Amino acid sequence: MNQSNCKGSMSTASSSTNWKANDVVPDQFPAGLRVLVVDDDPTCLVILEKMLRTCLYEVTKCNRAEVALSMLRENKNGFDIVISDVHMPDMDGFKLLEHIGLEMDLPVIMMSADDGKQVVMKGVTHGACDYLIKPVRIEALKNIWQHVVRKKKNEWKDLEQSGSVEEGDRQQKLSEDVDYSSSANEGNWKNSKKRKDEEEETEERDDTSTLKKPRVVWSVELHQQFVAAVNQLGIDKAVPKKILELMNVPGLTRENVASHLQKYRLYLRRLSGVSQHQGMNNSFMSPQDATFGAMSSLNGLDLQTLSVTGQLPAQSLATLQAAGLGRSTTKSGIPMPLVDQRNLFSFENPKLRFGEGQQQQMSSNKPMNLLHGIPTTMEPKQLASLHQSAQSIGSMNMQVNTHGGQGSSLLMQMAQPQSRGQILNESTSSHGPRLPSSIGQPIMTNGIAGGVIGRNGIGDNSRGTGYNQVPPSSSMLSFPMNHTTELAGNSFPLGSSPGISNVTSKGPFQEEGNSEMKGSAGFISSYDIFNDLNQHQHKSHDWELQNVGLHFDASQNANPIQGNLDVSPSVLVHQGYSSSQRSGQNRNASAVGRAMFSGVECVEQGNMQNFSPHLNNLLVDNSIRVKAETIPDANSQTTLFTEHFGQDDLMSALLKQQQGGIGTAETDFDLDGYSMDNIPV
Amino acid sequence: MEGSPLLRQVAHQRQALFDEGLLDEQFVQLEELQDRTNPNFVEEIVTTYYQDTSRLILNIEQELERRPLDFGRLDGYVYQFKGSSTSFGAKKVKAECSLFREYCRAGNGEGCMRTFQQLKREYATLKRKLEAYFQLARQARLTQTASPPG
Repeated sequence: MNQSNCKGSMSTASSSTNWKANDVVPDQFPAGLRVLVVDDDPTCLVILEKMLRTCLYEVTKCNRAEVALSMLRENKNGFDIVISDVHMPDMDGFKLLEHIGLEMDLPVIMMSADDGKQVVMKGVTHGACDYLIKPVRIEALKNIWQHVVRKKKNEWKDLEQSGSVEEGDRQQKLSEDVDYSSSANEGNWKNSKKRKDEEEETEERDDTSTLKKPRVVWSVELHQQFVAAVNQLGIDKAVPKKILELMNVPGLTRENVASHLQKYRLYLRRLSGVSQHQGMNNSFMSPQDATFGAMSSLNGLDLQTLSVTGQLPAQSLATLQAAGLGRSTTKSGIPMPLVDQRNLFSFENPKLRFGEGQQQQMSSNKPMNLLHGIPTTMEPKQLASLHQSAQSIGSMNMQVNTHGGQGSSLLMQMAQPQSRGQILNESTSSHGPRLPSSIGQPIMTNGIAGGVIGRNGIGDNSRGTGYNQVPPSSSMLSFPMNHTTELAGNSFPLGSSPGISNVTSKGPFQEEGNSEMKGSAGFISSYDIFNDLNQHQHKSHDWELQNVGLHFDASQNANPIQGNLDVSPSVLVHQGYSSSQRSGQNRNASAVGRAMFSGVECVEQGNMQNFSPHLNNLLVDNSIRVKAETIPDANSQTTLFTEHFGQDDLMSALLKQQQGGIGTAETDFDLDGYSMDNIPV
Repeated sequence: MEGSPLLRQVAHQRQALFDEGLLDEQFVQLEELQDRTNPNFVEEIVTTYYQDTSRLILNIEQELERRPLDFGRLDGYVYQFKGSSTSFGAKKVKAECSLFREYCRAGNGEGCMRTFQQLKREYATLKRKLEAYFQLARQARLTQTASPPG
């Protein structure tokens, strides 16, 4: 077993092989599982480390929660699971648990010598996936891998729900997508962050991020509306349904609100130190992940996604689309402008349309789905809110594929599954580039989409972020690395993301194999990022847009990548969060992203592997999800991806699509913030 | 080997540690973790345990000199002591810690001090016996290597 020291997981990533959420598990699994152990008791820490090593896991130990958190943040995809003590001097274990859940979406196991019912219950309510009583026996540790797999499975499931992506395909795609998306995402994220205000079509980015699930991006405005509604109702009486009514945001679903509310409650609790929620528990909405994930995504992520989406859209989307679709990327003009703001929801609408319109779009290459392959729409489930958008995106993605035909074979490929649902991209973001077309390429789209989608998962997705969702399954995800760099160009906007560097400027997807990979990485990461963000991690609960991780070279991507890249940054960001966890879980998104990265140059850690499967799924799902967001047919013309996506082309395409192709659609969608170029549909 | 008196003695002493309630099942887990790659694992853990707990003992002593007693802080230290002891398998020490904590929670300063004295005694006993055991075990190992089983 490799001993991982603080980093720990990087090396393991490769050794851990692809962690496919699906039933496929590497032979050596669970060996190589990257575990982060946090406990202030040195005796216990050493013992745990030894036990875990004996189980053939890769262990990183840490005696301070803050250090652990920063390790997780730095290395988003570096860990698969976290084990933490409850009582620690510098930070309460539950607090750490929350952070991890929101930011990285990794499974966390709590442990303590205290076995009182209350404490155990607290663990449950805070989202711990298990609770171990000290002294911990090695037998108890042998099976912790189940939590990693379970989480991934859930994520996959969400993706699947939106679409019927075959896991196998998805995985494949995802992995590929991941590669792309991660980079793309990262780029997108970055871009989006930067551009938040610019209102770029972040939608496209969203698409990419929605590989997994469409996420609603909770923009600052949206969140303010939410808070206002909650305050009006009274925190105790604030139920999602009423909040939704008060907010009156079209396209926002009750689930979106519910998950956001959950996170919000957690956040308030943290602030006040009062456990207000018991309610939260209820809202634990269904899957914990959903709750957390959603919350996180809502909070921090949304913002980010927003930004991402915003950013992505134009560029990433365009690029993504271009790449994916091979079409004129210009179209998309990256639709989703900063999703952050209102766009999120507005995107949702469009996205929703996509869902419906997907079919149409698909054929027409709606630029929207920049993220065709990328499930920008992020599984509705996950995001709850994103739900809608995701759906559309999902559908969009599907669509994207159809038109993907264009240059962006990648996208197109993704699009293949288009039948799926129209590439989500299409619907949602008018991102011109419909990523979806080739999910294979997908990463790009995904990345973008992820990025875009990641953003919010929601609305953004619709933005055309080309739901990278791109019809999962099929080839799409398989990023055809060959596809040409298109994706690369596009998707890697995320470039900033750690591995993604490629995305950025890959220029027209020339780099086919590589670029794509990168792209995907970018995308994938984006997805992850988004996914993660959206889902849980949410970046540090920031209720504000944090550019979480958007440190990706947004610059590179930011515009340059035209769309795709933008996504990446943002997307990557996501990933970072989730990944830190090692999360394989967040993996969904992150995995994708991670995978992307890993696959891509970044190779973050072996994520690639993980991602791939994830990405595929994500992408697939995204596409499916995109449906909801699918951009209104209007964009259908904008084939999301122009064939030849040069980076610039892509970007422009995306942008254009968003504006142009989707332009019309956009208006429909009401992408406020997003200047979605109509997603070429 | 089986018949070696030294080894028998080692085994006997080890068993006594358990019989006297000084160590529990957790210690066995530690022993099981020791292997070729980590032949001195148990002793390493013991060292870590001693370091940790001696620091805690100092902290507790300081706390007990404060007036008024800060039971919250005291409890915190004892909690840590208990945690380490639990992971290590120090049964009696752990029991004393539990008792100590109860007094802390009850705000019983006298009870705390009394229990602390007891805790220190048990802790000293454990250390002594463990040391004797390890020494013997080391000796036995040396003898073993020195005279390979024939």
